[in-house]
Amino acid sequence: MTVLAPTRLDDAVAALAADPSLTVLAGGTDLMVAVNYGQYRPAGVLSLRRVPELHDWHVDGDGSAAHVVLGAATSYTTLLDPALAALLPALAQASRTVGSPQIRNTGTVGGNLGTASPAGDTLPVLVALDATVELASASGRRSMPVSEFVTGPKQTALALGELVTAVRVPVAHGPQEFLKIGVRNAMVIAVANCALVLDLGRRHLACALGAVGPVPMRDRDAERWTAAHLDWGHRPRLEPALVDEFGRRMAAASRPIDDHRATAAYRRHAVEVLARRALARAWAAT
Amino acid sequence: MGGDVTGTTPPATPVRDTDADAVYRLTVNGTAHTVEGTRPTDSLLHVLRDRLGLPGAKNACEQGECGSCSVLVDGVLVCACLELAEAAVGCEITTVEGLTPAGAEPGDAALTGAVLTDVQQAMIEAGGVQCGFCTPGFVVAIHDLLDRVPDPGPLEVREALAGNLCRCTGYGRILAAIEQVVTVRGNGR
Repeated sequence: MTVLAPTRLDDAVAALAADPSLTVLAGGTDLMVAVNYGQYRPAGVLSLRRVPELHDWHVDGDGSAAHVVLGAATSYTTLLDPALAALLPALAQASRTVGSPQIRNTGTVGGNLGTASPAGDTLPVLVALDATVELASASGRRSMPVSEFVTGPKQTALALGELVTAVRVPVAHGPQEFLKIGVRNAMVIAVANCALVLDLGRRHLACALGAVGPVPMRDRDAERWTAAHLDWGHRPRLEPALVDEFGRRMAAASRPIDDHRATAAYRRHAVEVLARRALARAWAAT
Repeated sequence: MGGDVTGTTPPATPVRDTDADAVYRLTVNGTAHTVEGTRPTDSLLHVLRDRLGLPGAKNACEQGECGSCSVLVDGVLVCACLELAEAAVGCEITTVEGLTPAGAEPGDAALTGAVLTDVQQAMIEAGGVQCGFCTPGFVVAIHDLLDRVPDPGPLEVREALAGNLCRCTGYGRILAAIEQVVTVRGNGR
């Protein structure tokens, strides 16, 4: 087994093209658990630790066209940086619920995307924000919405020999919420989570649910219906009946399963509560 | 036919590997070490403990849940069990053995482990050490916290130590130890 640690993105892409069987190592918080437990034995490892381009983030464009471009190796701790948290508050809230300081220092947003666990905490946020993932291979670069990139439980649209290089996240102008249910507040994998984004300028609401379906779940009809009934001119007045109906619609949009962490019935109930709570909190902050 | 009673002689053939061909260098506590005879998939934790003779980082969960293997890699607090050892080439690794009291110089008794850091001393005095298994991980995590945030609030301390599990103390005495260090360091400023 070889361990490659290139220092340039081009070299990383070339290495993967030369040997597509290489396992890409980002933070290692998922990969090394599987390796330690003997569940996975990589034929070779391509470590991204020393590729500086993948660790940077920057703002692209301004006003309503502003995006934050996050290098794939951006850690959860970096996402909690106040400058970044001010631009992407729900992503910071989600990052704070991931693991522990040790895990947040190690795990990356690109790794969360590449692993594509249904419980991945950044995924509902990225889907609610209509983020796009940037990919590179020896044959060129392409990008696609995160909602299309994650195709199923631990399944992505990543082609052989292709790397996640960055995520482009639109900067929304309005309150955001991320809420998560687990057995405790730290070191916990989500039983259910929920990201909600309000765009006050466009009078737009987006909500994505995690860990209650094979991929992050949205319901565009429920979003449009709720946005159309919100009293945008008289904030923060909010009809309780509207909040209840929003919760019901989001719960109906979920497709949870029974597993060792929770039952489907509990998860459906949980996302109804989370969706209601997220809307009420975000709206109160307008 | 005397056996190896000292336990310091490595076995004639590597114990666990099937394709141990990698030779690489790791810098741990300021010293460069040549690592050989490991499995290529070995975690940093295994290499520290089983190859480099640094058993301070403890091996418990091997999935990043317990924090007993906490070390610093390039000054960042991580679980050594989740680091692929060979991917840490070129990094500065600091283990609990490499923590030194403030102001210590190379050659000091402190560097031989004969002098405890203020965090280690406070853990003893406050009763934060019982079985001791989690202690090295806590000590590294507490140093990391107090180096970044000299006077953390109670919630900040709890959140910073959420990745370190202790099944003996109930945490109260560990928190008391931290309070003691913060007070003493604050008086020295």
